[in-house]
Amino acid sequence: MSDRIMGGLGLLLALFFIWQATLIKESFISDPVGPKVFPIIIGILVGVSSLAIFFKPDEEPEWPEFSRLFEVGMTVAVMIAYAYALPLAGFVVSTAFAAAFLSWRLGTPPVKAVIAGVTIAVGIYVVFHLILGLSLARGPWGF
Amino acid sequence: MDTLNALANGFSIALTFQNLGLALIGCFLGTIIGALPGLGPSNGVAILIPLAFSLGLDATPALILLTSVYYGAMYGGRISSILLNIPGDEPALMTTLDGYPMAKKGMAGEALALSGIASFVGAFFATWGLVFLAPQLVKVALLFGPAEYFALFALAFATLGGIASKNQAKAALAAGLGLGIAMIGVDGQTGVPRFSFGEVHLYDGIDFLVAIVGLFALSEVFIFLEHRGTPKATGDASAVKLGRLTPPLSMLKQTAPTMARSTVLGFIAGVLPGAGASLGSFIAYSVEKRLVDKDKTFGTGDPRGVAAPEAGNNAAAGGALVPMLALGVPGSGTTAVLLAMLLALNITPGPLLFTNNPDVVWGLIAALFIGNLMLLVMNIPMVSLFVRVLLVPPRYLMPAVAMISFVGIYGISGSTFDLMVMVFFGVLGWLLRKLEVPLVPVILGILLGNQMEANLRRAMTISDGDWSALLASPLSIGLWLFAFFGFIMPIVAGRFFRSKLPRTDSEADPD
Repeated sequence: MSDRIMGGLGLLLALFFIWQATLIKESFISDPVGPKVFPIIIGILVGVSSLAIFFKPDEEPEWPEFSRLFEVGMTVAVMIAYAYALPLAGFVVSTAFAAAFLSWRLGTPPVKAVIAGVTIAVGIYVVFHLILGLSLARGPWGF
Repeated sequence: MDTLNALANGFSIALTFQNLGLALIGCFLGTIIGALPGLGPSNGVAILIPLAFSLGLDATPALILLTSVYYGAMYGGRISSILLNIPGDEPALMTTLDGYPMAKKGMAGEALALSGIASFVGAFFATWGLVFLAPQLVKVALLFGPAEYFALFALAFATLGGIASKNQAKAALAAGLGLGIAMIGVDGQTGVPRFSFGEVHLYDGIDFLVAIVGLFALSEVFIFLEHRGTPKATGDASAVKLGRLTPPLSMLKQTAPTMARSTVLGFIAGVLPGAGASLGSFIAYSVEKRLVDKDKTFGTGDPRGVAAPEAGNNAAAGGALVPMLALGVPGSGTTAVLLAMLLALNITPGPLLFTNNPDVVWGLIAALFIGNLMLLVMNIPMVSLFVRVLLVPPRYLMPAVAMISFVGIYGISGSTFDLMVMVFFGVLGWLLRKLEVPLVPVILGILLGNQMEANLRRAMTISDGDWSALLASPLSIGLWLFAFFGFIMPIVAGRFFRSKLPRTDSEADPD
């Protein structure tokens, strides 16, 4: 079933891609092929392979149970929040939070996870910023 | 003789204090990355590329660092195979077959030392093969026009997808996804924006480093998250006693012919586009089993069964650099990631690399020789140090890996948008791995898409729009035929091969 869904989505993606390709504006400088043809070829490739997957699916992969999927989703949310927080809260604070969350979700008890998060954040800061001179995100406190 | 002079010049570059230091760090990190279950050479190199890039290293030092990581990871993969029966990466899979039984017999130290020596032999002679074969291949490559390059790219997709994948349709889908992503951004020829939907951030296209780190490193984090609490990808190395760390001379004598044969086979497997190190170790082991396993001792801890795959996979790692450097077409997943590195440094691999940037090429090759020596030293007497690294549980390690990935990408662009794109690719990579869609063709598509299109359009401009020009030379016809059979043959032969390969948990690791 998963492969059939993927095949169906792939086909829709291919159709959308080809439709978008036909909308590409031609420029006054051009060559015999132009900017549309290669994307259309790619769209056809994606479409044909999606059809093949749809009609000849593999065995069903092992999907994790819902609670695990929810956790993966939560982690994605935390990562996106992390990206937003970096310029606001600075590298060390945001990273300590994100790393502690990840470590906690990977099975570390909460207190140890916080210690791990802080250690990872400070460790990266010391090695990459203080020793190697890489510029990391600066928050209101300068680190 | 020119070649040897160039190599000598390369040594003068590689032997500077900074480059030696980088090679040492690279070898050390690489061995650790390779030894840790789940983190293979492609993940390792993928995480470190943005870092090397944002630290502002020059081309040669950056390449030396990353190829040292690559070679180091090929060495390190065997450690967890032998001690835990968990391959650190896919090429090390065959090493579990005899390595783990040897460890259980109390010969872990000998197995580690022997496999270290076999790795050295394979990698050392493969690097010599690279020295002599790559310049020859360059001469052939100089005959290539745009039409031939277009066919060559198709060949790379066909074989990388064809051989490395169980399902051809999924490999083709992966290639199409990658190529499609490469189309995002302003068209190089005419300057019109494509697939950017008016989003300014997309005008420059998707940075392939962002995509690579997301697809490889972050998806690995999600996989760990999913399998938390299950014994998958964790083990207990503390129970293993190392024993003596030097193999007896008789064992070396017994395995010497095995190492020699496996090196040759592995090198050939590496040079062939798409085959890579997994095939190298697989072929080396199977051939050796057929040739010398008269008493049916393979699989029960035969030292030759440890030496063969290790010499084979390390020789393949060297061999895979031949088409990558000479043609700009990677021979394996990890070399695809290394290609990304070169492109990020504004160096286009291919025949002109050898004439335009001889310092880069030969400095790199010399560094490989030096790195190999360092790895031999690290991997024999210091192996117990790496064994201790295996005791770090993934619940501390993976957050650090994830955070370092973010640091690397943020260091390049300082852009929050790029970080989100990276998370998107992380999720995409996780989904694709669950669905057994190979990741390497996606990466290859993102990397080569624009060049592939540029060559197609150049060929068409020369022929004034006549599509038969793509099949006008015997060389391009030959390449298309190879591409066709490279894609079709595995459908028949691949089933046979795959059915003989033992099942692995790291099925999505591309190298």
